[in-house]
Amino acid sequence: MSVLHRKLFRDLRRLVGQVLTIAAVVAAGIAAYVSTHSAWTTLHASRETYYQRERFGHVFAQLERAPLAVAARIAQIPDVRTVYPRVVMGVALDISTEGQPPVGLIVSLPREGEPPLGGLVIAGGRWPDPTRTDEALLLESFATSWHLGIDDVLPVVMDGVRRELRVVGLANSPEYVFAMPPGSIAPELDRLAVLWMPIGAVAPAFRLEGAFNDVVLGLQPGASVPAVAAEVDRILAPYGGLGAYGRDRQASNYLLDQELEQLRGLATYTPAMFLFVAAFLINVVLSRLVSVQRPEIATLKAVGYPDIAIGLHFLELVAVVSTAGAAVGLGLGAWLGRGLIDLYRPYFHFPGMVWTVAPGDVAIALLVTAGAAVFGALGAVRGVVRLPPAEAMRAPTPPVWRRGWIDRVRLDRVFGQAGQMVLRETRRHPVRLGFSALGIAFAVAILVVGRFNLDAIEILIQRQFRTAFREDLSVGFRQSMALDDARALGALRGVERVEALRIVPVRIRASNRWRDVAITGYPDGGRLRRVVDESGDPVALPEAGLAMTRKLGELLGVGLGDRVRLEVRTGDRRTVEATVAVLVDELLGIQLHMRASALSALLRETPQASMALLDVDPILRNDVIQRVRALPAVASVDATDEMVARFRGHIDENIGVMSTVIVVFASVLSIGIVYNNARVALSQRARDLASLRVLGFTRGEISAVLMGEMAIQVLIGIPLGIAIGRRLALAIASTVDPERYRLPVVVSAQTMAYATGITLIAALASALLVRRRLDHLDLIAVLKTRE
Amino acid sequence: MGEVDVYALRGVDFNLYEGELLVLLGASGSGKSTLLNILGGLDVPTAGTVHYRDHDLTSANDKALTLYRRQHVGFVFQFYNLIPSLTARENVALVTEIADSPMEPAEALGLVGLGDRVDHFPAQLSGGEQQRVAIARAVAKRPEVLLCDEPTGALDWETGRLVLDVIARVNRELGTTTAVITHNVPIARMADRVVRLADGRILEESRNSTRANVEDIRW
Repeated sequence: MSVLHRKLFRDLRRLVGQVLTIAAVVAAGIAAYVSTHSAWTTLHASRETYYQRERFGHVFAQLERAPLAVAARIAQIPDVRTVYPRVVMGVALDISTEGQPPVGLIVSLPREGEPPLGGLVIAGGRWPDPTRTDEALLLESFATSWHLGIDDVLPVVMDGVRRELRVVGLANSPEYVFAMPPGSIAPELDRLAVLWMPIGAVAPAFRLEGAFNDVVLGLQPGASVPAVAAEVDRILAPYGGLGAYGRDRQASNYLLDQELEQLRGLATYTPAMFLFVAAFLINVVLSRLVSVQRPEIATLKAVGYPDIAIGLHFLELVAVVSTAGAAVGLGLGAWLGRGLIDLYRPYFHFPGMVWTVAPGDVAIALLVTAGAAVFGALGAVRGVVRLPPAEAMRAPTPPVWRRGWIDRVRLDRVFGQAGQMVLRETRRHPVRLGFSALGIAFAVAILVVGRFNLDAIEILIQRQFRTAFREDLSVGFRQSMALDDARALGALRGVERVEALRIVPVRIRASNRWRDVAITGYPDGGRLRRVVDESGDPVALPEAGLAMTRKLGELLGVGLGDRVRLEVRTGDRRTVEATVAVLVDELLGIQLHMRASALSALLRETPQASMALLDVDPILRNDVIQRVRALPAVASVDATDEMVARFRGHIDENIGVMSTVIVVFASVLSIGIVYNNARVALSQRARDLASLRVLGFTRGEISAVLMGEMAIQVLIGIPLGIAIGRRLALAIASTVDPERYRLPVVVSAQTMAYATGITLIAALASALLVRRRLDHLDLIAVLKTRE
Repeated sequence: MGEVDVYALRGVDFNLYEGELLVLLGASGSGKSTLLNILGGLDVPTAGTVHYRDHDLTSANDKALTLYRRQHVGFVFQFYNLIPSLTARENVALVTEIADSPMEPAEALGLVGLGDRVDHFPAQLSGGEQQRVAIARAVAKRPEVLLCDEPTGALDWETGRLVLDVIARVNRELGTTTAVITHNVPIARMADRVVRLADGRILEESRNSTRANVEDIRW
């Protein structure tokens, strides 16, 4: 070992606290980068493989009913390679449950062989016997959450007839990677039972022999999805087509896109913050080391070491720190990446998903770290190289102080001379103060972003489920019915109030733009469901005309007073025109609202109910649920409070695991900054502080002088961090498709307290570590040494 | 080789009398700094006892020693030990803020002849001026004891004389008990009493019949 290396080794040992904390920041940065990027790569690649292998369709369409011959016409559309007409039907599951009942979806299987599009991966069991009418494949994720297995029996109500289906196999499909029941805004694995059954069993049950109500298309590479979809719409229009769409609107794939997009956002911002802080800390610590070692550098130069050797010697120190950090970071990143994948696995259900990391990502992580380290070290090392040996032998020129604006404020009257020292010191290093505060701010921002979803969802819950959806139960009918029939639910024991809603699916058009949405008709004098705006205030519905989500207005390019065309998708499928009377800033989806009376007048129909809202006696609630569910006309019964609970449960589950990781990472940042700054400040000011001790200052008083500067950094960093966190949350929220929901970006008081608390604890812990050194200041040595 | 105990002071029996100006004379390594540190409450002896009036400093803990320094002792260091980020006035105020009945910082600075330099930072003052600020800082709290460790050690003799003159005046006018450490033999002439140290023992104790004026001293 050369002598310089021996010096390097001893320097490292002496600086062990600083070396460790900086290496930890580097490690956290690399771990954040590698884990998020590898998770993204894994999910993305698994999805592509899965889609390709299982022939995930390119265009999808639902319709009322069309003879199979129509499928042949669709096959004629240019660029269409495969057409797969099938029957897909929602059914009620006859499962008795305390909570929210799941819904079933029956998907037909071809008479022979596997589906040409949307293939199935059999996870256990076998394909159903095509000649039998009671065998089905069940979606694996549902089976898992309900502990159902092969040979279990699942009772379903198919077109009013109760049937016992035997599960003969468990399956996965690219169309149902993300199981999201209709009406939900989050995936719920235990709520959607997809059942695949032979067409011979399905078609007769729904009176769809020789016909189809759902079609999937496979396209030639490079085909235009909108062009094909437009053709499909034209062909299916007479058959009750509900509008064709591409993969981007396919429910499962759409959710996957959103998750991947969010993950990518996280993968970009977080590592960048850590590497910035690492570069800054390397700069601070190395600059101080160089200044302490001036005489040693001078001696080395005097005895003939070339500048480059000495410069490299200091770079090697940085290399050791960042290499150690990188090594730990890669390991940690791989571990966290696997953990992320395990977290996603139950939701994503890509068969055979194996965690992979792209070598390119590792290379980029290492290169960026090396870049940050060298960038941080550059200034200090340049100082070493430039230092003339003779000057290095002398002590650095003492700092010259001048009075500045801060002295005019006469803060010493409030804080005393010790406070004055703190203020002057911070004024002297504005860049260090700024960067330190920014680093602390990043830690706070990471905590805020980690909790932002929780805040947003909580507001969403408050607005939607507390203010807008105030019913205890909502009852969906199989088909719309006369108002009086719906109101008859009020006769059930325990039902205290009934209100009927009319829901009409329409395609709304303005010039060449359109969207498929639903109009909700509200009863006059209704109390249970209201339209509320983003701040939670109820919106009064106009006497006539539409109340429209403002976002929908933007999408269609229409404003107040404009006329729109409504193509009704049910009943006689008439086309009517209506006026936009109110624009509503809503958080959720794109919606149309009308008074029920105005809606039935517009459609020229007798008032009808598609859904009933119930207020029930809490004691008789379960009883009511059981009895309503048994009614043949009822498709679904949803309890509002259970929807909320499930929703929260889903979020908590994900956030719980993540928040531990986030707290650790943010603490690493805070500790790295506060500890290193305090150590450097201590090394710079040990003499001043020891003098104060000799003059009769207590340990507590000199600690206050040293920590005052750190406190200022933390106090500036916290509000700054909340602001940065909010910006980041906005950026991440903007990756959510605005047509799904517009996440309110509000940082709650709890989140602020949480982020502030964690940061303060981390700062305090690192301050205490330094305080121990302060207690052992050598008071006598300081009297004998010149700085 | 095993550990060897090294004693800086051995068998020192020594009094500092109220109001006197004492010069502790000795070469480096003679133990004079250790003695001053013990007197100033920066250190405690491994054996023996130290008393300040009715306080027993031997058994005092860190907190009690801090309090002792804070209330009774003024220090002047060889290298001044001013806080570079504070002006002359503020360096003095640093001590007056924590003292019981201090003088005004400006008054203390006037006493050392720096009434017109109160708003200067240390870097804007000469070495002698800095040392006089340090003396002002030490006496501003009206300490009972003023301990000066090689106060002229970093100064040329002319500037050093100015500093010694201030120390003598503080002793004369405020009656502060003063101990000055030096290796500079001629300085002993300004003292009431001189104690010579060598190898951690008191070699000789003598009393000057008259205190010499500082301006008459040369070295």
